[in-house]
Amino acid sequence: MSEEKTGAQIMCEALIREGVEVMFGIPGGAIMPFYFAMWEYRDQLRHVLCRHEQGAGHAAEGYARSTGKVGVCIGTSGPGATNLVTPIADAMMDSTPLVAITGQVSSAVLGKDAFQETDITGITMPITKHNYLVKRIEDLPWVFKEAFHIASTGRPGPVLIDITKDAQQARMVPDWDVKLNLPGYKPNYQGNRKQVREAIRLLMSACKPLIMVGNGVIMSGATEELRALAERTGIPVITTLHGIGAFPEDHPLSIGMPGMHGWVHVNRAIQECDVLLNIGGRFDDRVTGKASTFAPNARVIHIDIDPSEIGKNVKVTVPIVGDARMVISALLEEMPDRSELATLHSHASDWMEHIREMQATHQHKQQYIARPDVPMYLPPHDVYAALTRIVNQHGNYRIVTDVGQHQMWAAQLIDWHRPRTHITSGGAGTMGFAVPAAMGAAIAHPDETIWAICGDGGFQMTNQELATIVQEGIKNVKVAIINNGYLGMVRQWQELFENKRYSGTPLSGPDFARLAEAYGVRGITVEHTDEVADAINTAYEYDGSVVIDFRVEREVNVFPMVPQGKSIGDMITESPIV
Amino acid sequence: MKKHTIVALMQDQPGALNRAVSLFRRRGYNIASLAVGHSETPGISRMTLVVESDDVEQVVKQLYRLIDVVKVSDVTDDPTVDREMALTKVHTTSATRAEIATLADIFDAKVVDVSTNTMIIEMTGTPAKVDNFVEVMRPFGIKEMMRTGRIAMVRGTNTHRGAEYVESNGHVATGAVLN
Repeated sequence: MSEEKTGAQIMCEALIREGVEVMFGIPGGAIMPFYFAMWEYRDQLRHVLCRHEQGAGHAAEGYARSTGKVGVCIGTSGPGATNLVTPIADAMMDSTPLVAITGQVSSAVLGKDAFQETDITGITMPITKHNYLVKRIEDLPWVFKEAFHIASTGRPGPVLIDITKDAQQARMVPDWDVKLNLPGYKPNYQGNRKQVREAIRLLMSACKPLIMVGNGVIMSGATEELRALAERTGIPVITTLHGIGAFPEDHPLSIGMPGMHGWVHVNRAIQECDVLLNIGGRFDDRVTGKASTFAPNARVIHIDIDPSEIGKNVKVTVPIVGDARMVISALLEEMPDRSELATLHSHASDWMEHIREMQATHQHKQQYIARPDVPMYLPPHDVYAALTRIVNQHGNYRIVTDVGQHQMWAAQLIDWHRPRTHITSGGAGTMGFAVPAAMGAAIAHPDETIWAICGDGGFQMTNQELATIVQEGIKNVKVAIINNGYLGMVRQWQELFENKRYSGTPLSGPDFARLAEAYGVRGITVEHTDEVADAINTAYEYDGSVVIDFRVEREVNVFPMVPQGKSIGDMITESPIV
Repeated sequence: MKKHTIVALMQDQPGALNRAVSLFRRRGYNIASLAVGHSETPGISRMTLVVESDDVEQVVKQLYRLIDVVKVSDVTDDPTVDREMALTKVHTTSATRAEIATLADIFDAKVVDVSTNTMIIEMTGTPAKVDNFVEVMRPFGIKEMMRTGRIAMVRGTNTHRGAEYVESNGHVATGAVLN
């Protein structure tokens, strides 16, 4: 046991101790000692060689988001490290547990503009939960232990460890008996009981209560508890973009997604509600619209593990700092008997009836899925209608979406049932997320079908990872490109608000099916509605990864929509109603 | 805009100060003064920061969120002892030397260096008193000045001790938990 090891070997052993099985990265000069050592540990630590560090970072995110475990990505110093900046920022915004490992130039030349030197700890300071510059081999065991602890606990997030080349090359007998020394880091998991009782008192007094759930419910694994809370109280449930999957959409209490591209009846319900219980969501501006006009009649109960989120965007009546699962459990424990809940139930049931009436008056998901009235050769809605039908027939799937129109259609038009099946770049809105993140999820779940839905713009940002998919023998990634030849969401804004001045949005691309074939995956082109189902079925039947190029109608908009800076009560839709 | 005095305890680590100060930069807040040094507890440094802003509550919460930061308080409205030190190098002549020394004496300041045509005066007091002193010296010709920035401590039995957050073995603490 008391054998001398290099810093690089200690890094590998630290990763194994933290339960890491797979890492995504690209080698380079300053990280070479780590790659040298990695070869010895290759049976325990799988390394996936990506084609760009951004791909490596998003792949680690996809792995993390689909499993709840910490994703690990690796880059060398300088450009290797700066290419990781986008996925690190993405992980920060979406609270994704990520450890990024970067090589750094030797400590002797640190700060002297050495070859491929970049101050990556300085650069990533505002976009990491924490970061470390390690210059001494003896610091490696505790730094790795702390980094994984910080990344995965409390509100999860990215941690970067930058390690000088000489620290990787040095030798010592590692001392694994390290304790966490984090006096300033004590996440509060248990909600304050007094506040929990206060929340119940408020809910009991409500006539029009709503539960809104975000990513926190999924990350804390609170879906069962949430369901129990909703069923016990009869309160309608809203799932935000990142809350999708936390509550099954076919449940009678599910009313759908709020916000900029949420449903009219959901936003109307928020504007009318008198008590709003937000669990694990951060009142993002895409949810609230103009924050000062959001839920004007509501007293708000906000459950969040991060105290700095409470009161940030929306005024809160009852704040509860804690883990979503533990606080919901506490709510259930403190909840009065069924008989005492009769009044709440009766109010909630009348309220639900009212919401369903609004839903019937305005756009309903099922109507919306139907083909638009204008004749088109391939409306994007037909692709989603077929996708939701076929993927739910097969089951055992996850869907990773990119950023833009296709992302909103996916959130709206697919029927979501299970947590961690909807994975998207929400807070940062990172185009290029889907293909590499789907690859990461596919490695974590080789027995499932991982769909990546992306636009032709986002696909062209990171499609080089198709080469990684082929090299790694990954057979379960199925890419659906909603190809409209535009940066579609920007084009939609230009159409609606800038008098169709299509500045910088028309977009050409290669023949994606032939590009896919050139990479060695199956490529399929779809131009008409009647070919959609066949293509999706072929993707399922084909023993390997597939790219389907859905050449959809070019100028279709995502509706309903809240224009920027407007209240969520002011939605615009295609329909003359509203 | 209101001036806020914020006292923070943080782990004595490279980058800790940078991270804390960065939060104010990100919001576009100008830091009026900043003083950092050791606290009574080994491994914990103490920072007093003065910032002009109408809304510091959110930044204080975000400071808490930093891993290195152990404890943060906005002591603006608390009864505090506030002190600042200034070293002032004043131009002197044989005619003004005695008068400057007398004025320094009135302010309880100390003359700590004398040359043929300069004097360095060490002055400690409330930031307002330091302001006054500087104004009194200005007509003589201030050649150089360095002020430390405000340090603050809440009066009475309330304490902001690093030791409350660090266990006897120097490791994990009981923690500063909101709620």
